[in-house]
Amino acid sequence: MTKTITLAQGNGGEENNTLIKKVFYKAFKNEILERSEDAAVIGNLAMTTDSFTVSPLFFAGADIGKLAVCGTCNDLAMMGAQPKYLTCSVIIEEGFEVESLERIVESMRKELAINGAVVVSGDTKVVPKGSVDKIFINTTGLGEIVQAGISSNNVSEEDVILINRDIGCHGATIFAAREGMEMSSTLKSDCNSLYPQVKALMDAGIKITAMRDATRGGVAAVLNEWARQSNVCIEVEEEKIPVSDEVKGICEMLGFEATALANEGTFVLAIHKDYAAKALEILGGFEVCAMASVVGEVTQKYPQKVILKSPWGTSRFLETPNGELLPRIC
Amino acid sequence: MGLELKNLYDDFRDPDTIKAYAAIIAEDAKKLTHPINIMEVCGGHTHTIMKYGVLQLLPSNIRFVHGPGCPVCIMPKERIDHAYVLSQQPNVILVTLGDMIKVPGSNGSLQDARSKGADVRFVYSPLDCLKIAQENPDKTVIFFAIGFETTTPMTAALLDTVIRQDIQNILLHVNHVTVPEPMRALISDESCIIDAFLGPSHVSVISGSKIYEEFPRDWGKPVVVSGFEPVDVMHSISMIVKQFIEGRCELEVEYKRAVSREGNLKAQALNDKYFHKVDFRWRGLGDIPQSGMGLKPEYDRYNAEKIYDAILPKEEINDHKLCICGDILKGKASPPQCSIFGTACKPTTPVGSCMVSSEGACSAYYKYGNLV
Repeated sequence: MTKTITLAQGNGGEENNTLIKKVFYKAFKNEILERSEDAAVIGNLAMTTDSFTVSPLFFAGADIGKLAVCGTCNDLAMMGAQPKYLTCSVIIEEGFEVESLERIVESMRKELAINGAVVVSGDTKVVPKGSVDKIFINTTGLGEIVQAGISSNNVSEEDVILINRDIGCHGATIFAAREGMEMSSTLKSDCNSLYPQVKALMDAGIKITAMRDATRGGVAAVLNEWARQSNVCIEVEEEKIPVSDEVKGICEMLGFEATALANEGTFVLAIHKDYAAKALEILGGFEVCAMASVVGEVTQKYPQKVILKSPWGTSRFLETPNGELLPRIC
Repeated sequence: MGLELKNLYDDFRDPDTIKAYAAIIAEDAKKLTHPINIMEVCGGHTHTIMKYGVLQLLPSNIRFVHGPGCPVCIMPKERIDHAYVLSQQPNVILVTLGDMIKVPGSNGSLQDARSKGADVRFVYSPLDCLKIAQENPDKTVIFFAIGFETTTPMTAALLDTVIRQDIQNILLHVNHVTVPEPMRALISDESCIIDAFLGPSHVSVISGSKIYEEFPRDWGKPVVVSGFEPVDVMHSISMIVKQFIEGRCELEVEYKRAVSREGNLKAQALNDKYFHKVDFRWRGLGDIPQSGMGLKPEYDRYNAEKIYDAILPKEEINDHKLCICGDILKGKASPPQCSIFGTACKPTTPVGSCMVSSEGACSAYYKYGNLV
């Protein structure tokens, strides 16, 4: 590991995992933490925390406020829990506009309502100009587990892999906004509360093996985490991974892979083969899930690896994204 | 309906077309009297070949040798150290392109320099330096220019604007290189096994296809100038195979949609105005005469290498002794044959040039190739 922290260590990929293992797990080591789930399971409760920093603060499809509620509530939803109580802690830079703060908090309020959750505790700090970039938000969430036993450690050959919608929209939107790319497209962040989709799946009696929202590190990171944690091989058909034309376009121009781009309302689902058709039917009832798809299967071909298969019969490993997300040069 | 971005690539990734070319190549390859070794010169082609699994579609008598055409991979360590040293200077903003910030020099990478407080930024276009310079009038913006013929005109355009608008706070550190010289250097080595070349189309969009005329004519090596999509690459391989079975040795252009013999004359004129040929030391290949493009002496006052001459390290740093990148580039060895491949030398801790960027042969093998 490097002597000073680099941006690559916050990428949700390989370097990030090393930092967490070598510094945090080493100090905080305990059985619950080491399960490496989206949220910790304590009895029938799920608990998680997340900090949010994004530039720009307001972007197509969402803002940092919506992100701060969705991020935490989604981590709870991914453990089959209904989001109930959140804390909200903000660090604000001196000089930040009150009007922007009100817009952010209003977004949070709306999103809490969608989840049926409330903020029950909070903290506010203001720091001198330059100490933070405008505003950082932390939310911690507590949820009530509706379906127990969901775990990234349980994926087996009986399961198939689904993705609930087209991938990469959030990452592509943020990159386009940062680079000032003027595009006449409908591209916007997928930032969205996932509990309604999860609830619909659970209400229909679908038994979920594993679920994870594909945030930093994208779908590639989630699939690799599952392959490793469950000691299986995940074989994915590239053409079945839903990607919109807009996201493909951004990837083409900047040299990215859609599977490595961050999402904020996209999740990967492992369920028993027998439930696949039913799950697709239920997700089909949500407008944003129009491109939901079964993308792959679980085998023992190369345990702990993810294989990407092309429509012309070739295959390659899909690796956990590493390094800072940088565009290719030529 | 207007032209959409996807129209530019969808057809060139069509599974049926790719499979059809695979079948044609397999059939034609039966008529080959000996195996052929094709070098794709450019890292962009290496990326396409590995990402789309092209090697898995080829018969065993068609092999690939992955070439030196990645501007980040071929950068000698002492020049990376230049960038690092420049980034440490007070009031300097060091600007470069993408992957360059990941490459470790003697003291670390530009990414490390940034985490220690240096102002290092990456841009998509050299012209983005203009905005950075305007927003930071009290800082000196140094553009660490890298790349082949494709990116050189953009650096020239940046300098052209700097001079025309009399911008005082932009300097250039130029590391541009050209394609034909290393190709010549490789085939001059008698043990080199390369039989034919896949030429990068984007280089020829600028320089024309004419830059490769010497290879079939003087060296007996066919060249096909190829696009970067999988259909382009499969089509080009098929064209090369046909040359061999028909006993031809020619320069052909597969990427007819944008390549002419003469290329982009305006871009060439801009290059000629500001740059001239210089010797360049390549990581993995060593000194290659006249293989670089340096700033002409009359533009010394924009040349960071001259202005900061006193503080830039001069000593040449040799490649690691266990590294076999030179042999890999000549087709004498493949990445997995290297004793440190995947162990001491990995994409996160590259030792040799070919592991450095995602376009290097070793890196591509590490990432995509372990299935084949």
